[in-house]
Amino acid sequence: MAQLTNANAKPPRRNSLENREYLKAKLRAAPWWLYAIIAIAIFTFVNILTNIPFQKAFLFIKAGLSVTITTTLIAFVFALLIGLLTGLGRISDNTFFKNLSTLYVELIRGIPMLVLIFFIAFVGIPGVVNGLKALGVWLVEIGVTDIGGWLSAIKNEVPMNTRAVIALSTTYGAFLAEIFRAGIQSIGRGQMEAARSQGMSYWQAMRYIILPQAIRNVLPALGNDFISMLKDSSLVSVLAVRDITQIAKLYAGRTFQYQESYITLAVLYLTMTILLSFLLKYIEKRIQKNER
Amino acid sequence: MSADDMVVVQDLKKHFTGIEALDGVSLTVKKGQVIVILGPSGSGKSTLLRCVNQLEEKTSGDIWIDGEKLTHKSKQIDKIRSEIGMVFQHFNLYPHLTVLENITLAQRIVKKVSKEKAIENAMSQLTRVGIPEKASRYPTQLSGGQQQRVAIARALAMNPKLMLFDEPTSALDPEMIKEVLEVMLDLAKAGITMIVVTHEMGFAKAAADEVVFMDKGQIVEKASPAVFFTNPTHERTKLFLSQILNH
Repeated sequence: MAQLTNANAKPPRRNSLENREYLKAKLRAAPWWLYAIIAIAIFTFVNILTNIPFQKAFLFIKAGLSVTITTTLIAFVFALLIGLLTGLGRISDNTFFKNLSTLYVELIRGIPMLVLIFFIAFVGIPGVVNGLKALGVWLVEIGVTDIGGWLSAIKNEVPMNTRAVIALSTTYGAFLAEIFRAGIQSIGRGQMEAARSQGMSYWQAMRYIILPQAIRNVLPALGNDFISMLKDSSLVSVLAVRDITQIAKLYAGRTFQYQESYITLAVLYLTMTILLSFLLKYIEKRIQKNER
Repeated sequence: MSADDMVVVQDLKKHFTGIEALDGVSLTVKKGQVIVILGPSGSGKSTLLRCVNQLEEKTSGDIWIDGEKLTHKSKQIDKIRSEIGMVFQHFNLYPHLTVLENITLAQRIVKKVSKEKAIENAMSQLTRVGIPEKASRYPTQLSGGQQQRVAIARALAMNPKLMLFDEPTSALDPEMIKEVLEVMLDLAKAGITMIVVTHEMGFAKAAADEVVFMDKGQIVEKASPAVFFTNPTHERTKLFLSQILNH
């Protein structure tokens, strides 16, 4: 009880020297990077609200937000699927799938993302489309008209937004695969053995025992990659996809207001990523709290 | 081989790279028997146990479980494993599931038991090991001894023909060993066929029908506990016993 009252009592008054030390320590511990970012954001928003050229730039560029967000979201969902399958392939006993997944991961990791985006959009996708069409024509020739007819009727023109999503998810699939692989390998061998010893198949053990634990362990890493992907989605502007980067570029080129365009653009990205990383920190804390 | 043989192991060999973990082991376990395997670490006791439910793939030799010869077909492996309960040194409970879910999961997805039946069965197994009140807890909220008892209940819930225990008390604090051994003694008395790898001589004396002593991947001596502990034949056995009993 005595301790309790002590803890609730006011801290003893400090003399001025102690006070200065205390303030110094407080200041050293303060996350001033956070205040700096908030200051930048406030500065820009005040600018956008009060300064007519900034206002105009913002109103023009924000039209690209929906493209940036939907491209990132859709591509991330596909990247998750590709990453999970490839991650499972990397640890598979089946040497074919193991080699195939390793080939994919190593290829993607060895090529710059910008180059990959060009390659997938202008070489990979047209190649696959032409291949499918040729297959369709051949199928019609040998008499399989239903599937063949459907394949040969595929349109040549895959929209650039679709190409962007495919390029982003193919690239990030390889990164996420490594995260999933590490997550699965972080679960002790005993878990798989216990599940198998009860007669569960490999896939049942994966689904009910290993993956639920693994995914929980890698959630922070997945969140980080989601934020990276949001930023890297700016690269698809090279495909003339009308995301915020592309629109800012257009606006700057048209009005010559480079400062207004690119400051607004940078702050838009920064706002989104900071909000997301706060959300991520919150989720991480929730998970830690529920950790049993 | 007769109809009352539960496990027959014939000339079993298991090579890891550079090590012969099992070097021609033959062993027969009759239905209802409790076999305790003793031996120094690295003698192949655990490997033998793990070969019986194929967690370890044998190099050569044959194993029959209840008259059925083990093959490499994964369907057969899964089916036979579901009929063999295994208790591990480190419990290996599923940490993301509650105690009750730990015990019901395999019943539901392997044996396709209905949810109500699975829960009913799980509760009766938990009662059997003495901790029905822990059903809604998570494994890490339990003591080591309680976790191991849950692991035993989880294995029993599959209604196994055979129970394998791989050093079930080796990872426990001394004061928790007794509660686990008591549960195992109850099972032995209830006539469940058991193969137990352990260092607990007291359990071997009290519960074993036969004690098997292994060294360097081979069975050195096999005898009833009365003979084994008082009058062992082999020098290696005598040395082993003198080393552990004189402490």
